[in-house]
Order: sequence, then structure tokens, then C-alpha cells
Amino acid sequence: MDNERKLTIARAMAEATAQEMRNDPRVFVMGEDIGELGGVFGNTRGLLEEFGKTRVRDTPISETGFIGAAVGAAQDGMRPVVELMFVDFFGVCFDAIYNLMAKNTYFSGGNFNVPMVLMTSTGGGYSDAGQHSQCLYGSFAHLPGMKVVSPSNAYDAKGLMTAAIRDPNPVIYMYHKGLQGMGWLGTEAGAITHVPEEAYEVEIGKAAIPREGSDVTIVSIAQGVHHGLKAAKTLEEQGISAEVVDLRSLVPLDRETIRASVAKTGRLIVVDEDYHSFGVSGEIIATVTETNMADLKAPPKRIAYPDVPIPFARVMEQHCLPNADKIVAAAREVCKAPVSA
Amino acid sequence: MQPSKQTLAWMYEMMVTSRRFENAIEKIYMEGKTPVFNMANGPIPGEMHLSDGQEPVAVGVCAHLNPEDIVTATHRPHHQAIAKGVNLKKMAAEIFGKSTGLSGGRGGHMHIFDPDVNFACSGIIGQGMGPAAGAALSRKIQGKPGVAVSFIGEGAANQGAFHETLNLAAVWKLPMVLVVEDNAWGISVSKEASTAIARNADRAAAYGIPGHYVSGNDPLKIYEVAGEAIARARAGDGPTLIEIETYRLAGHFMGDAEGYRPEGEKDALFEKDPIPAMRETLLDGGSFTADELDTLETKAQKAVDDAISFARESADPQPEDALTAVFA
Repeated sequence: MDNERKLTIARAMAEATAQEMRNDPRVFVMGEDIGELGGVFGNTRGLLEEFGKTRVRDTPISETGFIGAAVGAAQDGMRPVVELMFVDFFGVCFDAIYNLMAKNTYFSGGNFNVPMVLMTSTGGGYSDAGQHSQCLYGSFAHLPGMKVVSPSNAYDAKGLMTAAIRDPNPVIYMYHKGLQGMGWLGTEAGAITHVPEEAYEVEIGKAAIPREGSDVTIVSIAQGVHHGLKAAKTLEEQGISAEVVDLRSLVPLDRETIRASVAKTGRLIVVDEDYHSFGVSGEIIATVTETNMADLKAPPKRIAYPDVPIPFARVMEQHCLPNADKIVAAAREVCKAPVSA
Repeated sequence: MQPSKQTLAWMYEMMVTSRRFENAIEKIYMEGKTPVFNMANGPIPGEMHLSDGQEPVAVGVCAHLNPEDIVTATHRPHHQAIAKGVNLKKMAAEIFGKSTGLSGGRGGHMHIFDPDVNFACSGIIGQGMGPAAGAALSRKIQGKPGVAVSFIGEGAANQGAFHETLNLAAVWKLPMVLVVEDNAWGISVSKEASTAIARNADRAAAYGIPGHYVSGNDPLKIYEVAGEAIARARAGDGPTLIEIETYRLAGHFMGDAEGYRPEGEKDALFEKDPIPAMRETLLDGGSFTADELDTLETKAQKAVDDAISFARESADPQPEDALTAVFA
């Protein structure tokens, strides 16, 4: 289509941020290498040139300091957009995140708001080993007081960023490196989508259904959505109709859409690049089993990262990561009961 | 820089208010906790960190601040909150966990937030420094007036946040003052045993900013040094580090047996109690009569009594309100 405006997630994030910065003088950006370099993952490209050094601030390598500072600036009425370069680095600054950012609204009885966005990169698949490849969505979503979003495509990336910046609450914006559209990280073609030029919001807490189906529901987020869509295509050739649910947001979680889909298909597979145990996959399954057990025609399945640190060697990492083949196999298994013709 | 008579009166009144407030809290805290001390019992449960003896720091610094200025304080926050002008009734009610408290009982004594005077504190060592730098950054970006003061204890100077925040504040020349209350003890570990140098103020050199050490727990000396630092911040000349020798007349928390203190230390500290010393200074200087100081004390006591009555008489929160205010 001629009128399509295909953007990468990186470009979509930068565009949303720039538009909000034009409209709202309270919005500013800070983090490591987000100025001159435009972000290691490209998501702040062009901001320094347009808005200058006062509002686009390269920070020292001091995550406790500058994330703590973002909390103070947000409480003082600003709208900081802050970058934690890799989510794996949260260990050096989590106090500022979960004890201040996430709790000050509550501890102040709502007298202080903390309207900030913490952007952070997630995901592996490119042999960066276990301090630069984790997803850790579940660790953030587990702790009360912060919203958690993660887009699977550029359209959602822009709309979620706009919504996150406008939200009066702290939002963890987790972008998957494999979807970012940086050539040197490989590119997931499905993540590059049409993005309208004007500003728009994608509601935080509302899942999408990028593919409808009737035999099995595949629930995922970010990169896992693309694995699910590829699997659904293969499954269709094998006579199994898969529905794919893209959560887009973990907090709040759109439990209604998950339950409605499973009510329709009777089967549930959760694809989660975060660790297997005590995390997102278990939560999704509990969402269904707690209230809608009778809808299930087969036990739910999860394809998640095994409970091991992420290894460097390509064959080892690929063995652990979710992929379309694993989803296809799981779907065939849960559908071994006769499927609708 | 000499304080006016009005400022001196305010300083004395706030010191006395703070001490009388702590005395009242101390007494009420023990209700329901004898003969067996169980922190969970009584009208004020949980940990309680009293600020007796540290009042000079609070008044010497806050005398220079306006409501628009920002203060972040520590787990031992009452003196600073009082000097910053936090609503005493609502603060008392928060300490009691009542529905009328500043945060409706969600925070308690380590989580005092008053947006009217830009006051916040938190329960973990060194935590307030980052937010203070951020509030200072906010004012700088917006071109709005305001200085951020972060109070920490001397133990917090060994936290990573100390280094990160001072470097950040210095490199961005933020309107911020970091005030270290050196009460010589991090719970039971002495400054000498935990800190490689005698004075944390010397660490300012590492960030290319001024560092001052104020000895003697003297409100007037503190007033002078803090005044210069705050004026410097207001002028856009960047942050200052001030370390102030002060005395913790109480334990780390209520129930602390303080067996780690050397023999006689506490008696010696009580001899240097800053409140009688301040009274003496004001009388000796001839600027105040005993009657005037008595009147200030009566006023302070009344404010405390009113606050405590308000807290006692207020209703508990609705239990299910625990599930609200997580998000804006």
C-alpha cells in the first residue's frame, strides 16, 4: 500500500517521545547514551537534535542516582522518560524502582504521583549470555505499583509509549531487542508495521488478538507473539486453528480477553521468554483455571525459558528459547482430542 | 550570617516542639508494650526512631527553606518534618496509623509525605538522595525557584547512592544540598569502625564541590553554614555537602538496649543536650527573656498536645482501604 508508513519499533518509540515532548514541556529524557548516540537500541534517535541537552540528558553510569532522580522529578511535576539500558542491570538500581517509584504513590496516600516511564531492553537470542539477554517481565509485574507493557510491533510501540508518557503512574516499558529493528540485532519483519504519523494511544491493559482461531489459544507478549503467529500458520496447514493473544501489557493484565479466548477454543498455551517458574506463564494459566476450569478441554501448557541462567553458546541458548516449532508440538499435543473440522 | 530574633524564636520553638513531640511519642509507644516488649502492640506499633538531640540540624537548615523547597529525610524524620512545616496533626495521625494521617495510615512513621511543604522521607539508608537530586533537576529544567535538601545519616555516606548522587548533582550543577547528620552510630556500629575517613565532608573534594564539617551540634553554626550552601544553590552555583556533628540521645529505635555505647557516653551527651544549651545561649545573649522563651515552650507544648489528641481521637482506616491508592 502506498499510504503505508512502515516503521521499526525503535523509530516508533522515538516518534512518540518526540511528539509528547513537543506537546508537553514537562517531558524529558535521560539515560545512558540516549543523547548523541540516540540510544544503544535506537529508541531516542533524533531527540537531542530537536530538543537539546536540557531535555535530552546523557547520564553518568549511575542507575541508582538517575532513576532515583527521575522519581524526585516526577513527584515534582515533571514527566521523565528514563532508560535502563538492559533490564538485566536492574540489580544495581532496583531499590529506586520498586521501593520508591512503585511505592511512593501508595505511601503518600495518593498525595504524590510518580508519572514516569522507565524504558528498558529485554530478550536474547543473539548470544549475549545471561547478563544481557533476560526478559524479567515477571519480576516487575509481580511487584505492585508499576504498570508493565511490552509491544510486539511498531504500531503498538508508538501507541503504548504515548499512553505511558501520559499516564499519571510509573510505567515500565520493556522493548524486546529482537524486535527493535536494529540491523545488527537481526530484524523480526513482523514487528515493522504501519504507524500513523499523528499521536495516538494504545490503551495500557488491553490485549490484542492479531490472529483469530477456534482450536487453541496461544497467549504471549513481545517476541513470543511472533513465534505464536508463525506457529499458527504452520498449524493451519495441519488443520488446527490457533488464536493468538498479544497481551501488550502485563500490568494491568487483560484477564477478560484471555478467558474469552479460552472459552472459545478450550485450549491454552502460554509462550513466555521469561523464566518458567513463579512467573507470567503461571499467572496466565491461573487466570483461566481459577475461574474457567470447565472451559478447558486439555491441561494448559507453557513454553517458557527453563530455570537456568541464559547461556552464551548458540546451540545452548536456542535450545532453551521458545520458538514456533515448540509451540506447534505443544498445540498438536493439546489438540490430540478431536479438533473442530 | 546571623539569624534575626524572629528566626531565633522560630528555631527554639521548633526544637522544643520536636523534643516534646518525641517525648509524647516515646511515652505512648510504650503503652501496651509492658511488661513484655512486643513491637506489634500498642497504639503506635512498628519500629520507632526518635530524633532527640538532633534538633539543631533540622532547625539550622530548615530556617533557610520555604514551603516550595524540597526536603527528603530519613527513617528518623520527625525533627526534620517539624522544621520543614509538615502538618503536625496529620503527621501524628499517620504515626498512629489513623485514617486522618497524611497518607491515611499507609505509611507510618518512616513514610511521611506532605505535598504542601514538599516533604518526603523513606525507610532505607541513602534512599532520599536520588529523589532530591531529581527534584532539584526539575526546578533547574523548569527555571522554577527551589532548592532540594537531602538529609542522610553518616552511615549512608557509605552507600553507593551517596557517590552516584553527589557526582550527578555536581556534574549537572543542581540546586541541592546534602546534609549528613553525623550522630556517630549506624545502629550499633560506630562511625570510626565503618568509615575510612574521619569526616565525610572531605569526600566533597571527590566531586569538586564545597564540603563543610560543623562540630558541636550548634544550631547557630549550622544556621550559618547551611545558609551559605542554600544561597549558593539558589544562585545556581551547584550542590554543597555539609556534615554536622549531632547527638542521638535515644537508641537507634525504641527497644534498643544500647549495650554498644561506651560507659558514660550517654550521660556526657545529655550534658550537652542542645535544647537547654540553646535556651542558655538565647538568655545569655540578652536577646530573649525567660518569659519569652517560656511562652515559646508553652506554644510548642500546645501544638504537640493538639496533634496527639487529634491522632488519638481519629478513627482507624477502613481495613479494605489497604487496597486503594496503589495507582493514581
